[in-house]
Amino acid sequence: MSLLSLRRVTKSFGGLTAVHSVSFEVDSGTIVGLIGPNGAGKTTVFNLITGIYRPDQGEILFNNTSLLRLPTHRIIALGIGRTFQTIRLFQNLTVLENVLAGCHCRMRCGAVSAMLGLARHRKEEKKAIEQAMNALAFVGLEKSALQQAKNLSYGNQRLLEVARALATEPKLLILDEPAGGMNEQETAALIDLIRKIQEQGVTVLLIEHDMNLVMRVCEKIVVLEYGSKIAEGSPPEIKANPRVIEAYLGTEED
Amino acid sequence: MEEFFQQLTNGLAVGGIYALIALGYTMVYGVLKLINFAHGDLFTIGSYLGLTLLTSLFLSDRLGPGAGIVVLALMVMGLVALVGALLERVAYRPLRHSPRLSAVVSALGASIFFSNTLMLIYGARFQVYPQGILPKTAIDLFGLYVPLVRVLILGASVVMMIALYAFIQKTKIGTAIRAAAIDQDAARLMGIDVNRVILMVFLIGPALGGAAGLMVGLHYGQINFTMGWVYGLKAFTAAILGGIGNIPGAMVGGILLGVIEALGAAYLSIAWKDAIAFGVLIFILIVRPTGLLGERVAEKV
Repeated sequence: MSLLSLRRVTKSFGGLTAVHSVSFEVDSGTIVGLIGPNGAGKTTVFNLITGIYRPDQGEILFNNTSLLRLPTHRIIALGIGRTFQTIRLFQNLTVLENVLAGCHCRMRCGAVSAMLGLARHRKEEKKAIEQAMNALAFVGLEKSALQQAKNLSYGNQRLLEVARALATEPKLLILDEPAGGMNEQETAALIDLIRKIQEQGVTVLLIEHDMNLVMRVCEKIVVLEYGSKIAEGSPPEIKANPRVIEAYLGTEED
Repeated sequence: MEEFFQQLTNGLAVGGIYALIALGYTMVYGVLKLINFAHGDLFTIGSYLGLTLLTSLFLSDRLGPGAGIVVLALMVMGLVALVGALLERVAYRPLRHSPRLSAVVSALGASIFFSNTLMLIYGARFQVYPQGILPKTAIDLFGLYVPLVRVLILGASVVMMIALYAFIQKTKIGTAIRAAAIDQDAARLMGIDVNRVILMVFLIGPALGGAAGLMVGLHYGQINFTMGWVYGLKAFTAAILGGIGNIPGAMVGGILLGVIEALGAAYLSIAWKDAIAFGVLIFILIVRPTGLLGERVAEKV
């Protein structure tokens, strides 16, 4: 069953068509990779899904609900979590507070009960801290909970972004170049982590330039070039696809 | 020595008022990177609303002086918070995605609108707060007689500041406000409704400013529709002094400015009061451009 479905989605910025009539499906419970050369429109697709940009044409459905008219925070509340290509943590907050910010949309009590310090509210805050600690333990950062986010190593900052996105309790987790800037060991750990996320029942859609990672974890790969989809299929199919090889390596001249 | 401590308590009380107003500037700046130039006028509105409610509802007669003043303060804060929310909706939200200068011009326009509306309603003359709202007694603090009003102002502003700090640090909405202040897009992707955060900031800041307006009315006994400009400027100075965007910074900056001003006026010259306040600002900006508690902003290359 498809959890996320893009149907002929187009987005232009001025004269530049960043995404041109792209359609693909992400099935529930799978790991899907979105790849393509630099500037192919991958991050734009993510921004369209999360409501940061609005498509000019086309339809985006999540669980059969159209996302086109929803503001970003409502889309997140429906169950889409996301990390960024460049790290965008709340640098001056602690690691725990970063994850607590992610718990925000799952909490019900409002400002009034917070000001009155109601018991119901205190209970909810306590539960949120518990959940946040669980998310941190899941990525292996529980020992750093009280450090400021900016003091973490680069690889750990990436993991914190994942924990923060998981705290929104997503059905679909969107990862934008999660292995960017990671060394081989960290990437290997990340692959395990992505599989662990899938085992929790979370569907994963990721952009990644590390082909080793993509080929190892993704069940399906979608390839973009100049904003258009040029291929879609399993890792072996993509590896053998002449259009993809051409996009990545250029044509041979003879 | 007696003179010194009298001036010190006076400076602390005035500083508490500055700090409450400064919090409104700094919170709005923190989230929107906008200086709300109409904030001083929200403070004045608080003063005038306090006067109107005092002379029409007779709360102290009905509820006794203690409960009367508390209810009055809550009413003023609530009403000014509503005006603040309305201001955000009408003057700032439509310009959210415009260049920052447009919002600044809109803020200046709102400021002129508010002060002139007050003038049309209440007249251009000074208005006098009724006497005897608070008993004119002095409180014995370690052998020092300090007027009750002064003690109440300082106490109330400290209580409000502690409450605000706890709210910002400990609650989920506080965390959402801090998150949105750092990175609005990332906050949205955490499921935080940034529009609601901005609304909260425009409720809390003006509520504190309105309370400060009421305090000035009770302390000095007379108010004027233009006073928001001077108080706004001083509180803005206090916010910069402590590091704009930084909540504890606004508190420290406000208290410090009030004390420096009071002591300077007493020992140097009262005519130099404003020059001393702004001189301190210039000095701090030269030595520490980010303000006392401001974060050192790393240059992005």
